[in-house]
Amino acid sequence: MRYLLLIAGDESQMQRATAEQAEAMTNEYAEFGKAMAERGVLQGGERLRSVSDATTVRVRNGELLATDGPFAETKEQLAGYYVVDCQDLDEAIEVASKIPGALTGSIEVRPIWEL
Amino acid sequence: MTAEIEAAVADAFQAEWGRVVATLVRLTGDWDLAEECAQDAFATALERWPRDGIPRRPGAWLTTVARNRAIDRARRARLGASKESEVAVVEPVEADRGEEEEVPDDRLRLMFTCCHPALAFEARVALTLRTLAGMTTSEIARAFLVPEATMAQRLVRAKRKIRHARIPFVVPPAHQLVERTAAVLAVLYLLFNEGYSASSGADLVRRGLTAEAIRLGRVLCTLMPDEPEALGLLALMLFHDARSAARVDGDGDLVILAEQDRTLFDAAAIAEAHDRLDAALRLRRPGPFQVQAAIAACHVEVDGGTDWAEIAALYDRLFDMAPSAVIELNRAVAVSLSEGPEAGLALVERISPGGLPDYHLLPAARADILRRLGRRAEAAEAYREAHDLAGTDAERRYLERRWRELSA
Repeated sequence: MRYLLLIAGDESQMQRATAEQAEAMTNEYAEFGKAMAERGVLQGGERLRSVSDATTVRVRNGELLATDGPFAETKEQLAGYYVVDCQDLDEAIEVASKIPGALTGSIEVRPIWEL
Repeated sequence: MTAEIEAAVADAFQAEWGRVVATLVRLTGDWDLAEECAQDAFATALERWPRDGIPRRPGAWLTTVARNRAIDRARRARLGASKESEVAVVEPVEADRGEEEEVPDDRLRLMFTCCHPALAFEARVALTLRTLAGMTTSEIARAFLVPEATMAQRLVRAKRKIRHARIPFVVPPAHQLVERTAAVLAVLYLLFNEGYSASSGADLVRRGLTAEAIRLGRVLCTLMPDEPEALGLLALMLFHDARSAARVDGDGDLVILAEQDRTLFDAAAIAEAHDRLDAALRLRRPGPFQVQAAIAACHVEVDGGTDWAEIAALYDRLFDMAPSAVIELNRAVAVSLSEGPEAGLALVERISPGGLPDYHLLPAARADILRRLGRRAEAAEAYREAHDLAGTDAERRYLERRWRELSA
């Protein structure tokens, strides 16, 4: 069963990180990715650029509206995601708890609607 | 139909509903189907038992009938879906054959799944009552004072999440067991308290929640005999429940602990509670429910009066395990009764009202201590404050009576 693990965190905090802190975080994510790939659960995942680089698109009455910023202003922002294939929700929760971002931000576990 | 058969079916419902549903959930993975088939099995029992007699093992009989019904439905659904599909299903077992097979007890898995932390707390409570205790949606709605449609929706959503997010139907592995067991115990304790705090007579469905909580507590202790906190919780519920006849007088008014008639206490419940608590303590893994049960045991002590110094010491222990303002307040009351009202008042005044906003027992405790100190005007004022915050009629009547006595 596949789940999307959405990593949310306070971007401003990450932007304040020193070069060493940023490097340490990158290493932690690399380790997580390696461990989960070896375990066979990891199907994909990416880190995202800041919400200040986001563009939100809507089509209303045939008119295209593109606006600057994310679709919702929130305290925590979407920073990245993984797609994992797990036995059940308990395994997905366990995998989510190992994402480095779980220590400072939140991970939303969403079952993928398989068609 | 004879009354005897009806009673047998009712007994079987209480004893076996959860087991039948649990087995069907394991076999089919479909919670709605499991409930429907369990219902069908009990309906079949009402038809067949008067004619064929009560089976030797009603639980196994009901499970077999429910399982056959599930197989039947699955076969029909498959035939309907595609005519050519190979029908490969287990052959139905003849329920009336003398040798009903032994079915494993799946209720523990069902309890853990119903109380899974990924479900909202109120959904855990509702699911537990529906699937394990067999209460109807309308009964659960009445017990929690919400419209039936709201409760139905809550159950539908919870079952959908179990299916869509694939919440597993398993007993959690050892490293999660303590935490997950605590979640199950929390649901049972909430059920008990909901029933216990309901005003007597006014709402029998709510009162019935205490009996369901105790029944499920016994099931849990059977399934997890080495879990001291499960035993502790069961003992705690039994000690409280043993006093239920003495808690309210003939007019439905609240009787405070000190004035409760000891002869009305349920001796059998107290004996069972002591046995359960002893069994828990022998396991030598203390926890908050065991300490609370030990406190409740002091309160049902019939000979020699209540040992308030012991109770104060137990509240100290409880505070170390799970600090809270409610425990601080209870400790203060115990100290006021063991060391004297001045010592108690000093502790009550240290509790900041911010920690217990709108909690009527804080001014009520202060009022009692002030009354014992002879500070009548302040006591009356505190009783009035408590009266305005109290949640049930019985409590309001009690507090008003106290307040009027002092204002007279």
